[in-house]
Amino acid sequence: MSGPILEVRDLEKRYGARRAVAGVSLDVWPGEVLGIVGESGSGKTTLLSAIAGRVAPSAGSVTYDGRDLTELADVDRSRLIGDKIGFVHQNPRDGLRLNVSAGGNVAEKLMAAGARNYGALRETACRWLDRVEIGRDRVDDHPSKFSGGMQQRLQIARVLATQPQLVLMDEPTGGLDVSVQAKLLDLLRGLVDELGLAVVVVTHDLGVARLLAHRLLVMKDGLVVEHGLTDQVLDDPAHAYTQLLVSSVLQV
Amino acid sequence: MSSGYNFAYLDEPTKRMLRRSLLKAVAIPGYQVPFASREMPLPFGWGTGGIQVTAAILGRDDRLKVIDQGADDTTNAVSIRDFFAKTAGVATTLSTRDATVIQTRHRIPETPLQHGQIMVFQVPIPEPLRWLEPRETETRRMHAFADYGAMHLKLYEDVARYGRITTAYDYPVLVAGRYLMRPSPIPRFDNPKLDASPALMLFGAGREKRIYAVPPYTSVKSLDFEDHPFTIESWDRPCARCGAADSYLDEIITDDRGGRRFVCSDTDHCNQRLDAKEKAA
Repeated sequence: MSGPILEVRDLEKRYGARRAVAGVSLDVWPGEVLGIVGESGSGKTTLLSAIAGRVAPSAGSVTYDGRDLTELADVDRSRLIGDKIGFVHQNPRDGLRLNVSAGGNVAEKLMAAGARNYGALRETACRWLDRVEIGRDRVDDHPSKFSGGMQQRLQIARVLATQPQLVLMDEPTGGLDVSVQAKLLDLLRGLVDELGLAVVVVTHDLGVARLLAHRLLVMKDGLVVEHGLTDQVLDDPAHAYTQLLVSSVLQV
Repeated sequence: MSSGYNFAYLDEPTKRMLRRSLLKAVAIPGYQVPFASREMPLPFGWGTGGIQVTAAILGRDDRLKVIDQGADDTTNAVSIRDFFAKTAGVATTLSTRDATVIQTRHRIPETPLQHGQIMVFQVPIPEPLRWLEPRETETRRMHAFADYGAMHLKLYEDVARYGRITTAYDYPVLVAGRYLMRPSPIPRFDNPKLDASPALMLFGAGREKRIYAVPPYTSVKSLDFEDHPFTIESWDRPCARCGAADSYLDEIITDDRGGRRFVCSDTDHCNQRLDAKEKAA
């Protein structure tokens, strides 16, 4: 592919007089993982939601693969985003149907895309459970019976099953204990690499950013205050806020 | 016909409002049209939606048949038939063939419907997506965008848990290739009768204030999987009364020692077959 898969230009989201996102531009290239870090309330999640079409931006454009999402009709945007862009919620309970079996959760988007063969659907679901290290014997269990880490892995399987080209992740390791976080990160890194996904991952955890992201944006008060290669930003922070952020992490 | 009532109980502006909704429903097959549902002299859940639709379409020359679970002689069927005999003075009938309007709960008659006949269904829950999406705003969006992938989930869950599709009634259908529709709680045995039927099918949900319709000769497809195709129920014995092998059978418990028999749920169909047998004998 020749250009960036996602281009965001001067994106703004106002709530009344407040500007949650105050004019952000960014590019994501195929196969690249872009991290967005910043403290709570810095506009990271709003930015991600605006890219995913979950909130309507007040100004600016979001161009996916040459098509401006903000200009598309609701139905076309919804279809395009449903087909091509995956969204991993911080809380797996927001991204899963808890009253539907694990297999059903993975198969749902495939059925939305037109798959109508039960045997094939089930086999695909099982293969995805394998990939996210959930036993095939759990395929008929409801996710409400799963641990938090398993739920998050199932959510990732559900999102990746339709093979999106771009995946947006909002704090994918939030609310998990550190050993489970480490395993999940390992898994994510493997999948991203193997599938050549473009990913935008929002996190306040610099460790997650360090492990996953190739490039990093630092946000504060709705603006990007610093950007660059991950190691460069974290090891040699230029902006005062980034310096504060990096020095706030306890070194164990 | 009793004096003191307007023809068919409802006042004319109300019937006009209902007819506008009905026309819209027929124009957009399977689409749920909101209407200003009225209080009726029976509780929600007993057929208030069906009664309002029937009241709106009834003319003085109509012959009305009312069935409940296929039977003409159950409480609700008798009451609703009497209600219209009293308030509209229309002729009533038990015969499917003679009726011009058939109000029903839970069944479509076995006797094939004809062009010019109108079926009126009583609907408890009109929204097929409600079981997985409680928000009305969201289900409306799903209908508008034809975003129906989630609907196969229910069937997937059936097969995953029981090895076959177990949804036995209110089996979801796609109308005219566009709108997903609940056919009301008819057994899936009756779903094929909806497809390309020569009769007009009207659905009224009183409590939920929705009307929808399947016009004559419209495609109605039951959802299924390629490797688990849609099938209808079958029984290993014929009707104990008339011997029909191709009708929907009810199980009747005959004593408290496990005795049971299976008879047609459509009483008119069963009786006609018995009459014909007697005549032949």
